[in-house]
Amino acid sequence: MYRGLLISSGFHVAIVAVSILALPFVAKKPLDIPPLISVELIQIAEKTNIPFAPKASKIIEKAKKENQKLLSEQAPPKKVKKDKKKEVQTDKNKNEISKLASKKTPTSDNKIEKLKKEKLNAVPMPDEDKQKIQPKEEKKQKPSKEINDENIKKIVQTKKPILDEKKVKQVSEFEKKEKLDLNEIAALIDKKKENLAETKKEQDKISQSSDNTMDYSKLTLSEEDALKAQIFTCWSVPIGLPFSEDLLVRVKLQLKPDGTIEKLEMMDHVKMNTPGKEKFRTLADSVRRAIQLCNPLKVPSSGYERWKNMILNFDARDMLGG
Amino acid sequence: MIRIFNLTFLVFLFLVTKANSLIEIDITRGNLDPLPIAVSPLFQNDVSKKNSISELKIENVGSEISSVVENNLKTSGLFNPLSKEAFLQKPDIAHLKPRFEDWALIKAQALITGKVTIENKKLKVEFRLWDILAGREMMALAFTTVPSNWRRVGHIISDKVYERLTGEKGYFDTRIIYVSEEGPKTARVKKLAIMDQDGFNTKYLTLGNELVLTPRFNPTSQMVTYLSYFKNLPRVYLLDIETGTQEVVGDFPGMTFAPRFSPDGKKIIMSFAKDGNSDIYTMDLENRIVERITNHPSIDTSPSYSPDNRFITFNSDRSGYQQIYVMKSDGSNVKRISFGKGLYGTPVWSPRGDLIAFTKLHKGKFYIGVMRTDGSGERLLTENYYQEAPSWSPNGRVLIFYRETKSNDKGEGFSAKLWSIDLTGYNERQVQTETDASDPSWSSLLSN
Repeated sequence: MYRGLLISSGFHVAIVAVSILALPFVAKKPLDIPPLISVELIQIAEKTNIPFAPKASKIIEKAKKENQKLLSEQAPPKKVKKDKKKEVQTDKNKNEISKLASKKTPTSDNKIEKLKKEKLNAVPMPDEDKQKIQPKEEKKQKPSKEINDENIKKIVQTKKPILDEKKVKQVSEFEKKEKLDLNEIAALIDKKKENLAETKKEQDKISQSSDNTMDYSKLTLSEEDALKAQIFTCWSVPIGLPFSEDLLVRVKLQLKPDGTIEKLEMMDHVKMNTPGKEKFRTLADSVRRAIQLCNPLKVPSSGYERWKNMILNFDARDMLGG
Repeated sequence: MIRIFNLTFLVFLFLVTKANSLIEIDITRGNLDPLPIAVSPLFQNDVSKKNSISELKIENVGSEISSVVENNLKTSGLFNPLSKEAFLQKPDIAHLKPRFEDWALIKAQALITGKVTIENKKLKVEFRLWDILAGREMMALAFTTVPSNWRRVGHIISDKVYERLTGEKGYFDTRIIYVSEEGPKTARVKKLAIMDQDGFNTKYLTLGNELVLTPRFNPTSQMVTYLSYFKNLPRVYLLDIETGTQEVVGDFPGMTFAPRFSPDGKKIIMSFAKDGNSDIYTMDLENRIVERITNHPSIDTSPSYSPDNRFITFNSDRSGYQQIYVMKSDGSNVKRISFGKGLYGTPVWSPRGDLIAFTKLHKGKFYIGVMRTDGSGERLLTENYYQEAPSWSPNGRVLIFYRETKSNDKGEGFSAKLWSIDLTGYNERQVQTETDASDPSWSSLLSN
């Protein structure tokens, strides 16, 4: 009798257990939400210059290593007070700031603490603000890996960004993310800090002319395409020319910053006056007309040194090849 | 020390290489829009104007010549002559030294100026071609001729300008021979006619008593070969345009047709039909020796030489359908080159040597097309109810052919007109003729 009861209850327990464990709706598993895919819209020009990315990643890695190194060196809390140390350890950005401060000149980031302190005080008077914005001459500091009281004091004392020092470069989009600008947040809270935030933005601008990581030897795809598209419309190809391998005209251009052609040199100019090369002359004439018609060229807005001199290869072989 | 020196040298070398690495951009496309060109009326002084009226009954022959040039350039499809009303500079000053800014303002890229004088019954025409964008002269020439030749001077100027700007020979100083047709379809009167390529100066070479067909120019002289029915027997004839003398080509015991000159003008190649079979023969015009080229029980006809005399293209139904073949000029190595759907006929080798033009009949429609000499790259340029007999311009860029319209049961509504189309297939134009016209043949350049 008891045996049957035991067997029955055993089975019941088993069935309930199986139902709970096996049936998915009983298990009440949390929904498996796919992770968000973040899409960042970037300028093509920043990415098409191929050597850009590897260089940038190297620099970022180097910077990270240096940060770690700095952290490990800072580990013994001998000279650094507790509260300062915490700040250094918790915020990587501050490390970077301190590094920048120690190596170069202080940037607007360096004033975070000061600004915070100021926030705690009463609303600053307009006079005080003016003082803040006025650029101050900063003493150049020797690089120091150790963060001592003096360093921190200097960081804290730094009030203003150096407005005319706009060559603070940002090497890549990745690093851009890392550089969190607290000025912007501060500006949201306090309208008077907008100036500082704007300054920071200006400094953060990646311009091709000022960016060391750009490959100076070539144009980006979009720049090249824009130039090509302009010249395509100007070049009336002499379609009567019979196909031959001699349908390539090379022209060397020297340009002014506004794209005006300063000098035009036919690279095979000897051919132009060679008897029997009349067809080449016709093609070269059409090329000259095309360039003059396109003058001034729509050149990239920056990076003059890259495109100051360029060679255009007018190749009619594809068009006249049948 | 040496190591340091070497290292410095290498660094220096690297920097130099880096500095010299210029940006290179490949431009592989351009536009095919017609080139904007300004044809300024050729300047003529008052004395010349008076002489012009007395000699030619034309007040301003300079303006007329520029119109000829303008029309030629426009019909080529490669130029866009600008409206004279937009011109800012007068012809006399423009001819001496054009103000390039004024011409650039109206978007001209090239400019033709000139001067005409008629003195002592001689017409002297000077002309200059200017590159507006570069601000320099590209060409300057002068011609002297009898005043009645003024249209031809216009054509020669057009050819020179065309050649300088497009890189290939022109085709304006040429003539076209064709069969002029008049009357109802059931009783057509057909005469041989010749005209300038722009439709002017038409002359009739035969009276229309006999039926004439397929006239073909000799590429090197003013001779024409054609098919005429004499006593109801079609025979190939030879006609000297200058003297008007005619003669039968060869003494064949049957029908000869589809004649054409060899590129050197020394031979005539044609078909000879006997007992239902037709083959291709040549006859040497100097020694009158006849040579048989093909020997096949099928119908071989419409032969045409390659410009280097080495090959002959013709059409034959030896495969069961009419197709195009190529063989060596001695008749060996016959190869079929057309493999598309439909029937192919009237193959004509381009003067450039790279293409063969043909007529194609497929699903009741007639096409004029071109293919490479190995049969590849077939392109149909135009389609119509009935059209055939393409003939190449001397530069191998334009084809002239004739097109017939459909008539009703009573034979009404029928017409035959000459049309031209260039290799792009876009620039299709009707060629003006005084009467209905068929079977055109383009001459070579007269000024060569």
